[in-house]
Amino acid sequence: MKESKGAEMVDLPEQVVSWIGQRRYEIVGDFDVERGYVSTSCASVQNGNPLYWDEKVANELTDGWIAPPSMISVWFRPHAWAPDRTEQAQPLQVHFDLKEALDLPEAIMTDNTIVFREPVRMGDRLKTWQVLRSVSDPKTTKLGTGRFWVIDVEYQNPRGESVGTESYTGFGYRRGE
Amino acid sequence: MAAPARITLDRVKVGDALPELAVDVDPTTVVLGALASRDWRPMHHDKDFAQERNGTAHIFINTPHNAAYFERYITDWTGPTGRLGRIQFRMKDSVFPGDTMVFHGAVAGVGTDERGCGWIELALKLTVGDKTTTECTARVAVPTGKGDNPWKRKGDDWQP
Repeated sequence: MKESKGAEMVDLPEQVVSWIGQRRYEIVGDFDVERGYVSTSCASVQNGNPLYWDEKVANELTDGWIAPPSMISVWFRPHAWAPDRTEQAQPLQVHFDLKEALDLPEAIMTDNTIVFREPVRMGDRLKTWQVLRSVSDPKTTKLGTGRFWVIDVEYQNPRGESVGTESYTGFGYRRGE
Repeated sequence: MAAPARITLDRVKVGDALPELAVDVDPTTVVLGALASRDWRPMHHDKDFAQERNGTAHIFINTPHNAAYFERYITDWTGPTGRLGRIQFRMKDSVFPGDTMVFHGAVAGVGTDERGCGWIELALKLTVGDKTTTECTARVAVPTGKGDNPWKRKGDDWQP
């Protein structure tokens, strides 16, 4: 493998190759799943689904309050600040590791697939880990030259059940002239 | 507010269109969604950063906010008994303050799996003017009839 050289990179660094398929950054969320954030999320998109607003409906259909499935990643996004933390925490660390290792200063997400399993319930504190699935050859888009990568994020509840898998496609790039 | 309709599988056929949903986007829309999804990255609240570092026209809607809008769009239609199994989207372009987002959808498939769960496959998109900014597909379970509830399915009975 040759060393990465910014936009002129040819092959992947050995370090990046070693990450592919590896389970990394296993963490438990900083806080419990709670209704305040559910309400904030629903309000941000004006989601009036009674499952999230009407306890009678929640009890009837889902045996109590649950969180909207699409909030699955919210429960792991680190606080903007925390005491004794010296480095900025990133919610999808493998993505930022790739930017650094491949010397690609900018990045966006292009594709997102989420498979939902057990509902996420109030009071749960979820566990997650990340797996790098693939990194593309160098590509040039209207944004610049870089590489696409696919990262899976697995989510599990305290009962050891999968609540979902999220798969991100990112594009790390160096802006064109 | 009237209780939303609860779609059942027998009332749906391929080609059915979902009602369109239009949303005017302003900076608050973008920031509200970023904060609600705990996304503190500056391109979702700092216009100078978005323009200078990302090369975009303005701050733009983030990925989890996009997903939350699609979820709302789907369950506005299915009602609360609709249970999302899978959602996939490709963001082809960003959505900025000043845009009007319009969500569109159609039923691409209807069926029942080996466990008796009723599934609807949806082809969805988000447009701004003539431009499609996000293409999306979703798989959502709905009751096969009165008395069925996809939310009660667990383990092998839930195959998203």
